[in-house]
Formats: sequence, C-alpha cells, structure tokens
Amino acid sequence: MGWAIALHGGAGAIPVDLPPERLEPREAALRRILQIGVSALNARCSPLDVVELVVRELENCPHFNAGKGSVLTTNGTVEMEACIMDGNSKRCGAVSGVSTVVNPISLARQVMEKTPHIYLAFDGAEAFAREQGLETIDESHFITTENIERLKQAKEANRVQQDYTPPFKPEDKKETPVPDGDSKLGTVGCVAVDSLGNLAAATSTGGLVNKMVGRIGDTPIIGAGTYANKFCAISATGIGEAIIRETVARDVAAVMEYKGLGLKEAADYIVHQVSPKGTTGLVAVSSTGEVAMPFNTTGMFRACATEDGFTEVATWAI
Amino acid sequence: MVGWAIAVHGGAGVDPNLPTDRQEQAKLLLTRCLNLGISALRSSASAIDVVELVVRELETDPIFNSGRGSALTENGTVEMEASIMDGSGRKCGAVSGLTSVKNPVSLARLVMDKSPHSYLAFSGAENFAKQMGVERMENDYFITEDNVGMLKQAKEANSILFDYRIPTSGYESCGVGVESPITMNGLPISVYAPETVGCVVVDSQGRCAAATSTGGLMNKKVGRIGDSPLIGAGTYACDVCGVSCTGEGEAIIRGTVAREVAAVMEYKGLGLQAAVDFVIKERLDDGKAGVIAVSEKGEVAYGFNCVGMFRGCATEDGFMEVGIWE
Repeated sequence: MGWAIALHGGAGAIPVDLPPERLEPREAALRRILQIGVSALNARCSPLDVVELVVRELENCPHFNAGKGSVLTTNGTVEMEACIMDGNSKRCGAVSGVSTVVNPISLARQVMEKTPHIYLAFDGAEAFAREQGLETIDESHFITTENIERLKQAKEANRVQQDYTPPFKPEDKKETPVPDGDSKLGTVGCVAVDSLGNLAAATSTGGLVNKMVGRIGDTPIIGAGTYANKFCAISATGIGEAIIRETVARDVAAVMEYKGLGLKEAADYIVHQVSPKGTTGLVAVSSTGEVAMPFNTTGMFRACATEDGFTEVATWAI
Repeated sequence: MVGWAIAVHGGAGVDPNLPTDRQEQAKLLLTRCLNLGISALRSSASAIDVVELVVRELETDPIFNSGRGSALTENGTVEMEASIMDGSGRKCGAVSGLTSVKNPVSLARLVMDKSPHSYLAFSGAENFAKQMGVERMENDYFITEDNVGMLKQAKEANSILFDYRIPTSGYESCGVGVESPITMNGLPISVYAPETVGCVVVDSQGRCAAATSTGGLMNKKVGRIGDSPLIGAGTYACDVCGVSCTGEGEAIIRGTVAREVAAVMEYKGLGLQAAVDFVIKERLDDGKAGVIAVSEKGEVAYGFNCVGMFRGCATEDGFMEVGIWE
C-alpha cells in the first residue's frame, strides 16, 4: 500500500458562479501545496511532518482562512487557532487566540512536543511561542483587505459568518445573529498516511467572520475538527458550533472502529446522514491508504493524491 | 417516563493518606449536592437546570477544585473553565480562562443559550460575563490558603524527581512517612490536588445533561486548557446518556472519553455500566481518570482507574451512595 494525502481550504456555500479571479488562485495554491505534500511523502517524511508542512503553506497563503488571510473578530483583530494529532500515539497539540505567531500549526506542534499539556491559549500561547523562539510578527501581517471587507459586510448584515459570503444585498437581509445557513468556508487542513499506515491530521483557522472576541471553534477541539488514531486521520471544516456538537472527526473514526465501515462509508455517513446540511466538510485518510473528501455544503476547496498517481483538485461536487 | 438519576463527582485521584476529617468534609459536600439535585428533580426540574444548579454548589464550596478553591496557575492566579451540554438537542456551552466569574458553569450555560457560539475564553469570556451581568469577584476570592501551599509544593515537586514529600499545609494530622510513588499528571498524589467537579442527570422525561467545572491542573502554565471545557472529552450528553470526566486532562482529551462512552453505547450497543467500564479500561492508555454517567433509561454508573474518586449517586427508587475509594 502506498501513501495518501488530502488537504482542504475550507467548506461552505462557495457560489458556483465564483468569479475566476477568486477561484483560480485558490485552486492553483491547492495544486502547488499538494505537490509539496506529495514530494515530502515521496521523500519518506513522517505524516506528522507532512501535515505540519502542508498546513504551514496553507497558513502562509492569503487566499485561505488561516494564518495570513484569517477572518477577523468583531473587533477587527485576528485570533487564530490550530491543532495537530499523531495517529499512533494519539499525542496532540492545540492553540487558540494566537495573534502574532506566523504559523499557528507549528506552535500547536510545539505544545504537543515541548509541554506536558495539550492545549494553550491566548496570552499563555503567545508567551510560549516567544519562549520557543517561533517566528512572530505584527498582527497586521495576517489582515487582508478582503477580510476587512467581509467584516464590514457581516456587521452590516449583523451576522457572524464564515468567510465566503457572496456580497450582501440589502434586499435579502435576514435577521440571523446566529451562524447558520450562511455557510461559507473556513479553516485549512491536511491529513496524511504513509505506506506503513502511520496517520496524522492538522487543522488551522482564523475562525468565523465577526466572531466574538475569545470565541473558540471546532478546530482546536480534539475529536471535533481534528482527530487521528490508528484507523484514520480527519480534518473537518464548516460551522464550528455544529462540528463540536457532532464530534465529527471522532465519529468518523468511531463508526469505522465500532461498526466496521470503510473510510468512505464512514465519512459519508457522518457528513451526509448525521451532520446538518450546509455545516460540514472533511478530508480523511485511512490506515489502508483510502481517501475521502465528503462535504454537505455547496463546495469545499480540496485536493488529494495517492502514491499510485491519482490526484484530484476540486471545489464543487464532481 | 423513567425514574430520574443523578451522579456528582469531586475529582478522581485521591491521596490515600488524606486525613479522615477531610474525607468526611468531602462526603458531606457530595451528599449535600446530591440532595440539592434530588429536591430539584422531585420538583420536575429539567436535567439541564439540575446539572447547573448542582455544579454551582460545588463551585461555591472551596473544598474541591472549581470556582472558589480552584487550583492555581504557575503564577499563583486562578483560570477557571467549565462546560455544559444538554442531551436533548446537544446544545453546548463552554468557557475557559475565567478569572472573576463566581460560577463558571453558569457562564457556560449563557454561552450556550445567549451567544451565537459554543465556547468563549479568556478576555472574550470575561467581557461576555460583564455583558451578561453574572456575579463576579476579585481573583483572590477564588484562592485558598491550602492551594497556595499546594502550589509551592507542586513547584518543588516539579524540580525534584520522585521525592515524595509529606504534605504540610492543612494536613496537620498526617504524620506518616509513606513512600508511595503514586503520581498523577507528573505530581505526587499529595500535591496533585483533588480535581474538577461534575454532575450528570437524567430527568423523569429521559433527558440527559452533563456539566463539568474546574480550576485545572496545579501549577499549570498560564493559558493551559484541560479536558473540562472540551465537549467530547470532559463533558458530553446526547439522547442516550450524559457523561462527566475527571483526572488527567491530557489523557481524557486524547481518549475523547466522554464522547467515547456514548459512542460505544450507540455504535456497539453496550449498556451504560459496560460502556463506562470499557472506556476506563481500553481508552485511557496509561492515563488515570474517572467517569460518572447516566442513561436515558434512568441508570447511573461510574468508574475510575486511579486511587479513589469523590463521587455520589442516587436514583428515584431510593438508591443513594457517596464514596471515595473502590
């Protein structure tokens, strides 16, 4: 059996008439970053190193809602979160409320490897980053004009949204202070398995547009947005509150383990039968090299590859 | 209609040398909290209201590690966290990094009911608390002398490997020099400090709920979040059960323990006690923890793989038990 890798740049109501100038840079980035992951796997890097590497690239890319390009809180600030998990040992690391660390996923990895804890947040996470000598930068580095615009729209509509809302039209103003239905994308993630069946998962995000300061989503919650054990590795994306409630990532693995379903069946079951429509997408790989990328939203920016040469980069349903 | 059932805990991992008067105090508190819950259940309160009510009582009392009496960070401050989940509908709320909120579980409930989110932390959570007008206190209200002493010992223990020290603060009657190597989370059991509190309830409508609250690990790094506020790890409730965990937070997170109990019931068809036993035995790896749980059928169960767990449980048919050891 060969290696397999899958990555995402967020699931949501990505409109099918998305203008090419907004679609192409994202698909090009996914292609490029997929190749980086593929090269690393071919070079026999561990899946844990691969998922971190790939998510760092996704964080550095301003087109996705993580690292640079993170969506903004209601105060116009950036509060990033990330999580990484190693399938064999189930060791994991998570961070929330990070505002100056260039690569939150690497900070999450440091929490996993350099502390007796799993999860550090806000000031404590920022202080730890400095202790560890991770690259930090002024918060303005992460803020893009697109996101300033998204925040403005969201405030006008008085809603909390993921970052992919089509421009707001006053005539269809809905009164929803709750993040629902208006699902757009959020989060980036990567899962990988090597030819020995070692698994790892990593997820990173800026969260929801116009979120309350201090809001934590599903990404850093083990079992919700991120999970890996010896059966599979999962990274989820969508509406955090729903993913937490459904313990999405853990449930895919649980259904495989306890009901004997294969990866695709398990992932489809959780996404299409259990999670509310419009809330969830995920990428998954199994210890036997299978890949699944189901979503119940309009689209999900995604890419995958397996060692036998199969690759796919897509946004909507194929 | 089922019979209601309730369980409470005040932490897993208890010093076997804990003086008897402390043990009695703890049992009295557990009994009082159970009775509070039982009265509410007899007046047909819903499970979600009862778990909040009971955990508030546990937070307010300084004996256990939550609210007043919380364990201290490495800086000697208090950072509290809590979560609550309503099994019917699986709405949930969680908070972390609280420094002024008298009852963290109530703020978690407000996050669930009055905010568009599920989890708020640190200054964002404190701001929300101000907006909601919940009762707030100075940070030193939460800090007890006992815990100041424990922090000192924890710091010493962290720099001295395997040097078991006889606790001095608040343990005047303990004079035995025991060489017990029991440790939890890297600390000798004497300074590990009783952890976390929690409550699970199934009401007479068969609705389950769960809530957990804690100050976290003694001498934790500022900003460290444990299992208690993480849905699926320390707390979980759904149609079939309500679960609250306590013990080594990292092990509980890694094992997604609370969700696991429900998952093996749902996907493997195990009954409540069998599910609790399975998870304790198979899903903690080398970790030490305890679990309390109720099912929609009115059953109550608990389990732990460490030395002792402060707990109490009761069912409508008159069964009631409060205990610490096996």
